[in-house]
Amino acid sequence: MANVMEIYQLLPKTNCKECGKSTCMAFAVDLLARKVSVNDCPPLVNDAKYKAGYEKLSEMIAPVGEVTETGLIVHEDKCIGCGNCVVACPVDVANDPLGAGSGKAPTSDKVIFKVEDGVVKARNVQECRRFGENKILCVACIDTCPTKAIEFV
Amino acid sequence: MSEYYVCTGCALLCDDIEVETENGKVKTVHAACRKGVARMKGCIDSLECTVDGEKTDVESAIAKAAEILGEAANPLIFGHGNSSSEAQKLSIALAKKVGAYLDDTSSFCQGPIIEAILQEKLKTCTLDDIRHKADVIIFWGADPSNSHPRHLSRYSYFPRGKERQRGWEEDRTAICVDVRKSETAIICGDNRFYKIPMGEDAEFMDALVSALSSKVPKTSFGFDAKKILELANVLKKAKFGVICVGLGLIYSLKDLEPLFRLMDKLNEVSDFNIMPMVGQYNMRGFNQNLYEETGCINRVKYSPESGEAEHGPEFSVVEALRNKTVDAALIIGSDPLSSLPLSVSRYLAEIPLISIDPCRNLTSSRSNVTIPCALGGVEYGGTAVRMDGVDVELKKIIDTDNLPDVEILKKITEAI
Repeated sequence: MANVMEIYQLLPKTNCKECGKSTCMAFAVDLLARKVSVNDCPPLVNDAKYKAGYEKLSEMIAPVGEVTETGLIVHEDKCIGCGNCVVACPVDVANDPLGAGSGKAPTSDKVIFKVEDGVVKARNVQECRRFGENKILCVACIDTCPTKAIEFV
Repeated sequence: MSEYYVCTGCALLCDDIEVETENGKVKTVHAACRKGVARMKGCIDSLECTVDGEKTDVESAIAKAAEILGEAANPLIFGHGNSSSEAQKLSIALAKKVGAYLDDTSSFCQGPIIEAILQEKLKTCTLDDIRHKADVIIFWGADPSNSHPRHLSRYSYFPRGKERQRGWEEDRTAICVDVRKSETAIICGDNRFYKIPMGEDAEFMDALVSALSSKVPKTSFGFDAKKILELANVLKKAKFGVICVGLGLIYSLKDLEPLFRLMDKLNEVSDFNIMPMVGQYNMRGFNQNLYEETGCINRVKYSPESGEAEHGPEFSVVEALRNKTVDAALIIGSDPLSSLPLSVSRYLAEIPLISIDPCRNLTSSRSNVTIPCALGGVEYGGTAVRMDGVDVELKKIIDTDNLPDVEILKKITEAI
């Protein structure tokens, strides 16, 4: 997963404000959170000397169709449907101990992860421990993914 | 959507799969991994019924297949890993009738381990035992994240079980021994990944045995003795351990002696079991069916006169093709032209070849007779044996015009 400094290094670093942000660093932070896209930086797109940076950034910031409210992204091309996240997610275990928590297919509608057609789908994200007032930085689904298909932004 | 089906993507035979169908086709598969979904959604390129490249009906193809097998002096019957147990039994009977070489993929796969388990030389357990009890799981030369995607999530590492209520972080230790950092090794973590040079598994096992006997372990490749001693300590403390044996380990061992020594030692100091990481969904079923019939699990040649079975390495599919001792072949649900080295399998294209398979593959494209069959576990039911030896009943999901391989084999046997 990319970090903000890596992104910043690939930007023009001129603080030209053409994108509407006050600094390139601010743009990098928003880019990491997918609030803006690589194409929102005019010098990066138009100036030939930033071409290498543009290409690298486009690769690094994989386009995501749908970022859930908690910033959870499932890269469907990487997911193999192993279901590790389904079983490892503490919310799934609490809501469905005899189904998802025991390794079987989820039997409750309250689970966050469900595998459909070989790819994991996230739902009920408001239940996620990274969401709401008492949020904590839970990484159960990221750590257990063999292909690094789950990302939080 | 309340009925559960069995996935036949691999030998885990996950029985918690829900399926949505539309217009007689599988539309959405729930809970199965990508490998299972690919199998359950059927072939991209279905096999057609042909004789010598000309399209024909099933009856004439079966008659031609019977003619080829009847005329051959030493036919080969190979495949079976993707057939139901019922079809495998008929295949064994057919081999007996025509005096054929009979083999399956276990001959160059998990055969030695299954044989040792059936002869009770290795202690084994079921996958449910692993889920409920196992606290130390070793993946040796195996990468289930790729070969059996749901192995870790359904049975071995992540799920809660009766005696393992607190989940993987506190209750289980997963260890990976491999020649490369596989995706399973990443999950096990750097501290629990033991990278060894290729082909040195036997030496590493012996070093581990000395560490378990409280001796200083030595290896010719200079593996950190401290790390081996640390591993030995983890294994000693295990309440219920399991070694998941993958092909990496089997190909590296000349014989199973080092594994027997390690298992004996482990069972002296702790409680350890073996789990063969079987690939095709019913390979173990074939091994068990043939074992009941003949006392050996594969590599059999039936005598045409007496119907007696001979067993030996020279009757394996590889040796039979290399020595060119077969003069016709019937391939059921397998693709030896792709999976065997071309120097060995090329001979298949020179002899009369019959393919029974739901999908087109390299072998079927070189076959004189091709007979499409129904897809096991999707288009017809039957029984299959899971990798741990538990019988699982398969259920039919959708209809098809193709005959199941059981029917095809029955008709071929009757026609000879």
